[in-house]
Amino acid sequence: MMYDIDLVVIGGGPAGLMAANTATEAGAEVLLLERDGHLGGQLVKQTHKFFGSEKQHASVRGIDISTMLGDRLDSFGERATVWKNATAIGFYEDGVITVDHDGIYKKVKPKRVVVATGASEKFLSFPNNDLPGIYGAGAVQTMMNVYGIRPGHRVLMIGAGNIGLIVSYQLMQAGVSVAAIVEGLPQIGGYAVHAGKVRRAGVPILTSHTILRADGKESVERATIARIDRTWNAIPGTEKTIECDVICISVGLTPLAELLWQAGCEMRYIPSLGGSVPLRNNCLETTVKGVYVAGDVTGIEEASAAMVEGHLAGLEAAASLGFKGDRYSEERKDCMEQLAALRSGPTAEKIRTGLACAECL
Amino acid sequence: MGDRRITDHPILDFDEGEVIHFTFDGKPMEGREGDTIASALHANGVKVLGYHFKTKRPRGFYCAIGNCSACLMIVNGKSNVRTCTEPLLPGMVVEKQLDRGVPDDV
Repeated sequence: MMYDIDLVVIGGGPAGLMAANTATEAGAEVLLLERDGHLGGQLVKQTHKFFGSEKQHASVRGIDISTMLGDRLDSFGERATVWKNATAIGFYEDGVITVDHDGIYKKVKPKRVVVATGASEKFLSFPNNDLPGIYGAGAVQTMMNVYGIRPGHRVLMIGAGNIGLIVSYQLMQAGVSVAAIVEGLPQIGGYAVHAGKVRRAGVPILTSHTILRADGKESVERATIARIDRTWNAIPGTEKTIECDVICISVGLTPLAELLWQAGCEMRYIPSLGGSVPLRNNCLETTVKGVYVAGDVTGIEEASAAMVEGHLAGLEAAASLGFKGDRYSEERKDCMEQLAALRSGPTAEKIRTGLACAECL
Repeated sequence: MGDRRITDHPILDFDEGEVIHFTFDGKPMEGREGDTIASALHANGVKVLGYHFKTKRPRGFYCAIGNCSACLMIVNGKSNVRTCTEPLLPGMVVEKQLDRGVPDDV
């Protein structure tokens, strides 16, 4: 059986939820595909309060934003269908998307698509990096904040970007000790407010340092770190052994763009956006007509930008089908302004440069 | 290894869900309602979920959201189950995976 529908949104995280909500509200019939058994994507583990402005739910915790967006989608009744435990496994040239839904193979042919598949955590090369006990920072956050399980007793965090800093603080909230945060760059990448919180709790942030190796019999027992010079080489004599049973890797994310490659979207490798990203216009439509993108799959930012992008992509996808409300122009302008504001700070410089190469259609 | 469960948290409340009984390599274990297979194993202090089919090195989960395939195990006889996202169900028979596994329904 082939399902016909106005719009399919792939991914039920912040971007996908906003796209589905906006397009349904505009009048389109929407199907949202979520791989997991619950909606929210990575919002479900984000216990911290968001920044940004009121429109992006500033000072609300990620977990609560997830519930709000899911409830709103529910309120539309049968105009918005949600398939959970539904993985999009193929995206073909004729526009057919194949789905594994609760173990059943289904085919969907939508008029428009918003791909909001998010990202996956990057890895780091060092001897014994495959030992159990070495986890992505997001994985540790999931274990703690979704399942209520401590990952171990003492953690070494690699990476002082916002995720490394936030997860370090959340580890301490869960009663786990953090031995140190190691950062390769000479400065902390994340916000000063997050860095201050972990430093005040007594966790050293070691900039210009890296991990040399992990050791342990069946799982992590210790790590060796060292200071590095300007060319990222370890300085002999500065090695230090850190006793720990968990090493958390927080060295960035990379877009989960497989479906876009398969759909034939033109892609470009842009390091500052985390990897290969789809080329698109300023309304987030890719080189394949009718295929829109939103959230981390467009380039790594954070959930606030993902929500605004989802809003814009949903609005545009619906409008292109003739579902254009009175407030269409106003909303569109507002989304663009919000995105510009979120990307205005000095720390967003590399995002602005990267986006200039991606938003080129 | 009960100390791995978080009971006291400044922001989150974790309900003590129903106990779920399962086995890991033949050993009886307890998880909680809401657990995935990997989270239940972790709560029981199990970090090694299998061994690499070629190098025989121990493997644990890495991403915990179903992306990376480091957590594949044999569940109720079916291989290559992503245990980091698969919900734990009563009576599950969970085993370490030592090979590439066999495709089902072929």
